[in-house]
Amino acid sequence: MQRGDAQDRALPRPLTPDHQHPIPKPSSVGVMTVHSARSSVTVPLGEVVPAAVEPTPMRVSEERYVLTPIPDPVFDIQHLSLYYGEKPALIDISFQIPRHQITAVIGPSGCGKSSFLRCLNRLNDLIDGSHIEGRVLLDGQDIYAPSMDVNELRRRVTLVFQKPNPFPKSIYDNVAFGPRIMGIRQRAVLDEIVERSLRQAALWDEVKDRLHASALQLSGGQQQRLCIARALAVDPEVLLMDEPCSALDPIATGKIEDLMVSLKENYTIVLVTHNMQQAGRVSDYTAFFYMGYLIEYQRTTDLFTHPRVRQTEDYITGRFG
Amino acid sequence: MRKRTIPRWRAEATPLLGLCGASLVMALLMTVAMLGLVFSYGLGLFWQKRIVHFQLRDGSRWLGEVWSRETVQDPTTGRPVRRIALHHGNRDLWGTAFRWIDEADVVRQEYPPDAVRIERLAWGPAFGQPRRVWAGDRPLIDPVDVRDPVWQELFASVHQDRRVLQDVEGQIDAVNDRLERVRRRELRLRHRSVSDPSAWAALQAEKARWEGVYGILALRRAALMERLQQYVLEVAIADGTALRIPLAQIVTVIPANRMSLGERIRLYAQRYWALITENPREANTEGGIFPAIFGTVSMVLIMSLAVVPVGVMTALYLREYARQSWLTRVIRIAVNNLAAVPSIVYGVFGMGFFIYTIGTAIDQTFYPWMAPTPVFGTGGLLWASLTLALLTVPVVIVATEEALLAIQPEIRHGARALGATQWQTVRHVILPAATPGVLTGLILAIARATGEVAPLMLTGVVKLAPDLPIDDRFPFIHLERKFMHLGFHIYDVGFQSPNVDAAQPMVYNTTLLLLVIVVVLNLTAIHLRNRVRRLYHQGAL
Ligand SMILES: Nc1ncnc2c1ncn2[C@@H]1O[C@H](COP(=O)(O)OP(=O)(O)OP(=O)(O)O)[C@@H](O)[C@H]1O
Ligand SMILES: [Mg+2]
Repeated sequence: MQRGDAQDRALPRPLTPDHQHPIPKPSSVGVMTVHSARSSVTVPLGEVVPAAVEPTPMRVSEERYVLTPIPDPVFDIQHLSLYYGEKPALIDISFQIPRHQITAVIGPSGCGKSSFLRCLNRLNDLIDGSHIEGRVLLDGQDIYAPSMDVNELRRRVTLVFQKPNPFPKSIYDNVAFGPRIMGIRQRAVLDEIVERSLRQAALWDEVKDRLHASALQLSGGQQQRLCIARALAVDPEVLLMDEPCSALDPIATGKIEDLMVSLKENYTIVLVTHNMQQAGRVSDYTAFFYMGYLIEYQRTTDLFTHPRVRQTEDYITGRFG
Repeated sequence: MRKRTIPRWRAEATPLLGLCGASLVMALLMTVAMLGLVFSYGLGLFWQKRIVHFQLRDGSRWLGEVWSRETVQDPTTGRPVRRIALHHGNRDLWGTAFRWIDEADVVRQEYPPDAVRIERLAWGPAFGQPRRVWAGDRPLIDPVDVRDPVWQELFASVHQDRRVLQDVEGQIDAVNDRLERVRRRELRLRHRSVSDPSAWAALQAEKARWEGVYGILALRRAALMERLQQYVLEVAIADGTALRIPLAQIVTVIPANRMSLGERIRLYAQRYWALITENPREANTEGGIFPAIFGTVSMVLIMSLAVVPVGVMTALYLREYARQSWLTRVIRIAVNNLAAVPSIVYGVFGMGFFIYTIGTAIDQTFYPWMAPTPVFGTGGLLWASLTLALLTVPVVIVATEEALLAIQPEIRHGARALGATQWQTVRHVILPAATPGVLTGLILAIARATGEVAPLMLTGVVKLAPDLPIDDRFPFIHLERKFMHLGFHIYDVGFQSPNVDAAQPMVYNTTLLLLVIVVVLNLTAIHLRNRVRRLYHQGAL
């Protein structure tokens, strides 16, 4: 129903040298977004830095397509921009993330996928010099409002990092870390949580005999799954996963994908992946980011079969990026 | 054409490589030279040499140990003269213990088999040949041979008595301590404006009781002293005249010319053991240096207790809490440069701040009745340790900061992403990971603090502190007490003592012990760090 016809798809205009700098300076970013049930187009306005200053072959499509509204959204992201110092990493992102679904975020390296995930649980607050504009609503509540309890938010919206980052502690202590800081002390309860989380992360069988060995002795893929278990142990509402399978073999990848699909019933998952097949296999919605812009957001099946924006098509067919 | 192979070292030789090598060799040579000097003198000086008897051309005779030999130019003739430094002891007779003898003047040289070296409680060693033992004015053993069981029996029983005497003196000390406490309570009572006759009376009664005990002990001491004084060893010194030494004054009699190798080795070990376990004698030039070892180690321990929390908290604040800005950069530079401030400046600061400001305030608040006698308002172990903590805190801060910097931000953020607060993250993730780095800082701090002398001279080190800072008297740890320190001991014995030559073994051995203590403390800290590291890698922290 939301699929546009071929003529709906605005063809990219031939690029003039004026448009060669993709990311205008923050002060010059004036953006107009048109949301509609069928399509939304975002057009950057205003002053644009001449090409001579920063010659780059990469260009941002002026076409945008953001599917909206989404039924029962968990996150409602409104005109979100993120700056590291003066440098924008995300520019005017607006879309909604559905509850109890898997939303994939794809895009070339450096387009701001990880930065985006960090916005959803305010981890960017820890990076000196970063700030955001716009709003992020979690169940209708602005997570950047001063009244927000940030630690509580991060417990509800937990991030699994792109690089495995187990604590230099035992496997058990890694998984029990979250419950412990939430005040759970009873050994039996902790044991139960640890076992359940490790089973969910498809790691239990490999480590059940050495729960008290150092997590640093695990292989990269095992560490990654340990980090997933660690995140599951705090029983979050939303699980942000930044390329959880980048270090895994096909079997473990399959297990994690199964896990994600099974978790869908109770959790909302936002998944960053470089693997188109994976996005196609597990996700329900897909967002395509490019150089800090959200280019296209659609149901996964639609995005992969009938991309509305030329740039998306180029990317998923492997013509660039 | 013949193929020539160039050796690897020449193929890779560059001027820079040569310079690096030369620097390394220089550094090694200097270290080895210094250690060699300290070790060869320090270890050699306790070895018992044979006692030699010289008869000189002018008819004078000398008995003693050859200390060293050297060749000098005669100032008048300009010819080289070989001369001998002789340690002839008997400082009570001649005022000095050493003299130079021209080898050319020696007519006869022999090693009398019965010559002995007598270590005494006062006046340094005596050299001579034992003749007889007197009990009062009648000869008891005549002639005496120090290898004879009869002599040994007598000497042992005298020693026994001396131990009893020491015991009594210890008790007298304790009674004096009691009396001092009573005196303080008197002062305290008098300081209070309200009069309390019953408390006063109780104090007077207690005082009278202790004075009574003191009287009894003093009598016992007098009786023991008298008994000890009656035995006298008569020795013939070099020129044959008699020297009478009360047995109570004798520590050991060493028949140096009749000792087997095994006995010499045992003596050597005994001397070393005495050095590290006994109190000093004779203006520190003899006896042991136990109080100095004890003072040094306790000072370093107290310093560690102070420097680690302060340094770690500062570094944590700078790295984990403060926003990185020009201000933190300035603070960091300032901290780094603090390490370059001359240590005497820290001493002056410690004196002004800790002693005169804090110490005086403590005295005024808690010990007003003691005025004008200072308690904390004067140098002491606590203030010296804190001054050194101040001196070494930059090292700990820098090392901790490095350790914190080495922790990947992902680990930090990983904890925060699970909802841990900043403090929980620091407490459960950051600190365990930084502990080995903190200990490295502590190791460096200990190495620096152990060798520091200048600031201590202003903040509490003394040349002789009879009371250790930790003992069996309430409250057991006396942080306000002055203390002895190995570094200061070297300076004091080596340069301030009236008898510099006699102090030489002490100086070298004190240096050696100071090095040993630094090494032991460092090894302890390194062991601790390795343990922590292992635990850490096992994930047990
Ligand atoms: N801490 C930071 N400080 C400054 N700039 C940053 C920081 N983190 C990311 N960036 C910049 O923000 C942009 C987006 O980075 P981000 O890590 O979000 O990319 P990504 O899409 O996750 O890439 P990848 O697929 O390689 O992980 C990049 O240009 C990066 O250089
Ligand atoms: Mg990323």
